[in-house]
Amino acid sequence: MADVALHTPAGEHTTTGLSNTKLAVWLFLGSECLLFGGLISTFMLYRGRVIGSGPEPAKGWPTAGKLYNIPFTSASSFVLLMSSLTMVLAVASMQRGDRPKARLWILTTALLGCCFLAGQAFEFTHFYRDGAGYTTSLFTSSFYTLTGFHGVHVAVGVVMLVSLYVLSGRQQWGSEKAESVEIIGLYWHFVDIVWIVIFTLVYLIPS
Amino acid sequence: MDADTAEAIEPASYTDAPGGHGETGHSDMVYVKVFVLLVVLTAFEVALSYSHIGRAFIPILAVVMVLKFGIVVSYFMHLRYERTSAFGRLFMTGLFLAIVVYIAMLTTFRVWSS
Repeated sequence: MADVALHTPAGEHTTTGLSNTKLAVWLFLGSECLLFGGLISTFMLYRGRVIGSGPEPAKGWPTAGKLYNIPFTSASSFVLLMSSLTMVLAVASMQRGDRPKARLWILTTALLGCCFLAGQAFEFTHFYRDGAGYTTSLFTSSFYTLTGFHGVHVAVGVVMLVSLYVLSGRQQWGSEKAESVEIIGLYWHFVDIVWIVIFTLVYLIPS
Repeated sequence: MDADTAEAIEPASYTDAPGGHGETGHSDMVYVKVFVLLVVLTAFEVALSYSHIGRAFIPILAVVMVLKFGIVVSYFMHLRYERTSAFGRLFMTGLFLAIVVYIAMLTTFRVWSS
């Protein structure tokens, strides 16, 4: 059998006929499912364990029903869904070779990501003032760990988007770089689907 | 590796679709429609959480959650337009293992614990 070297349009060597980078990103996202699967499982097991080992706080043990502000979290969900739309529009614009429009959508996505993070910081501060510290109970520990890990992923995504915005300002950036935008888009959408699961299982389903 | 036989290949990413609307072959309006659908489904979930419909509550929420998950993966992550199923298989393997982890943990703590 002849040894055939395959190359993607970007000049990347491949033996599978697929983009190596894209294959790696999908593999990474698959492994991320395991990470969040473990965190969500832990939260689901401990969500009812609201009584801590220390003295009971003056306002009583913090429970999901007392802490959650569903309208506020729904607004955060809307912001993240909106950011997924702007991200996919950035990818589509880049694939069409419309770099200025793509850059605008990338910047909008980063700003929406910042809005989501600001909302999460506000929520965490509010919970802490209501007596729900990280070590208050198993419920609060698993809640902060799960939503905190998600928040860190959003923050990493914002850093990548801002980097992409800066790099795409260079003259040599053309439609051949569309895959770079698409790959960051895949990561961003993954962060969105994790939030879809968290929003339903953590916030909407009562313990 | 024989360099003479090297060939550039088409990206095995999307189906060949006409229209000049990007590689997925449809306009931005499709994404906007998908977004509106996601917002409607989220609003439905929130409205459901304020109603008291009894035992059907969790199954309905779970179905809507899976539906939203599938829509984002299919349309925004372009999995339905991929020419190859390799990407989807990699992702679904991770997702399947994550569900196995959840079931394993649940049975460990709720069934097998004394």
